[in-house]
Amino acid sequence: MNGPHDLGGQHGLGPIAPEKDEPYFHAEWEKRALGITLSCGAFGAWTIDESRHARESLPPATYLAASYYEIWTRALETLLKRHGFVTQAELDAGHMHEKGREPKRVLKADMVAGVLARGGPCDRPVATPPRFGVGDRVRTKNFHPETHTRLPRYARAKVGVVEAVQGSFVFPDDNAHGKGENPQWVYTVVFDGGEIWGEGGDPSLTVSIDAWESYLESV
Amino acid sequence: MSEHHRGQDGDHGHHHHDNHFTDVEARVKALETVLTEKGLIDPAAIDAIVDTYETKVGPRNGARVVARAWSDAEFADWLKRDATAAIASLGFTGRQGEHMRAVFNTPDTHNLIVCTLCSCYPWAVLGLPPVWYKAPPYRSRAVIDPRGVLAEFGLELPIDKKIRVWDSTAELRYLVVPERPDGTEDFSEEALADLVTRDSMIGTGLALSPQAKP
Repeated sequence: MNGPHDLGGQHGLGPIAPEKDEPYFHAEWEKRALGITLSCGAFGAWTIDESRHARESLPPATYLAASYYEIWTRALETLLKRHGFVTQAELDAGHMHEKGREPKRVLKADMVAGVLARGGPCDRPVATPPRFGVGDRVRTKNFHPETHTRLPRYARAKVGVVEAVQGSFVFPDDNAHGKGENPQWVYTVVFDGGEIWGEGGDPSLTVSIDAWESYLESV
Repeated sequence: MSEHHRGQDGDHGHHHHDNHFTDVEARVKALETVLTEKGLIDPAAIDAIVDTYETKVGPRNGARVVARAWSDAEFADWLKRDATAAIASLGFTGRQGEHMRAVFNTPDTHNLIVCTLCSCYPWAVLGLPPVWYKAPPYRSRAVIDPRGVLAEFGLELPIDKKIRVWDSTAELRYLVVPERPDGTEDFSEEALADLVTRDSMIGTGLALSPQAKP
């Protein structure tokens, strides 16, 4: 979707202002937000793609004004409500009203190390060989779905070169919406800065994205 | 629902909370309370997650990978071909490090990592990302004005140095292997790791030279 998250190339968002010796967390609530988000992810009720979509679906003004853990928190509320674990009334009250749905598993302290170490690999086999090979010229599709996609706006309808075939992975555009993993080949596609940014672009710049096969067409 | 309890964006959210909490603090507190009452989260698990990223998983992991690559050509070659396996051989695996790719700076080319769409970051080797990495200014500018971005980090690259920006749009997580500083020929792997900064592994910095080491 063309949401507030798709930031590549936008102007006017201000200086980066790196912080010297930045702490891991700036407030206690950030620690809890991280831990709660990861704990709820362990329910197995939604995918990382669905949670990314929940975050990018926040109202743009909210998204851009919120700190990252606030974005996580607001999206988590959406996911917990959508999947029947909590109600808005409970969030408003700050207390349980009814038990709600039972998750597949609840993350206990003794499971944390194992779960974090395992992560969530999302490479999956596909039956067909890759359609593109290293060195192929490809054009990214010009599409603007209202649903989740991982093809950034700045890299649509651009011609680049396949630099690597990275393997086959879960397709987020489907998986975010409960349509299955439907894995596809993923390619690293490299673009000249001029192809993307045109006149006045930095001539020494190249940009690459990792693109699912259905984002690409032959040139 | 009283007006002053309404969420900023007017979506829902009238939070019955003590007035000294900010809106987001109240949201997090409500979530933790409700989920704990339902038995859906274990507060001790949250402590364990926080402890993991505060004390166990951080940029020192990545620094060890880089130092090994600098001192062992065979490892460097493995890292180039199959970063996931090479990094796993040092014990660094797991969440947001499931699929790794290492990109090597050279005299010709400087690499810079960004995630324009969210905040994808190689947690297994760098820990949790800094705020600036997740914030709109960096995500918007890294792909269009990398030299301007680097200047804000105090890094001025020669004009003929190519810049390669990697936008982490899929599940591959990138680690920049900075160039090994001069004057480190006799350094142990451990001493080399001390020269590798977090920013140098994102590409917003270089490895420290031995003289500049704090």
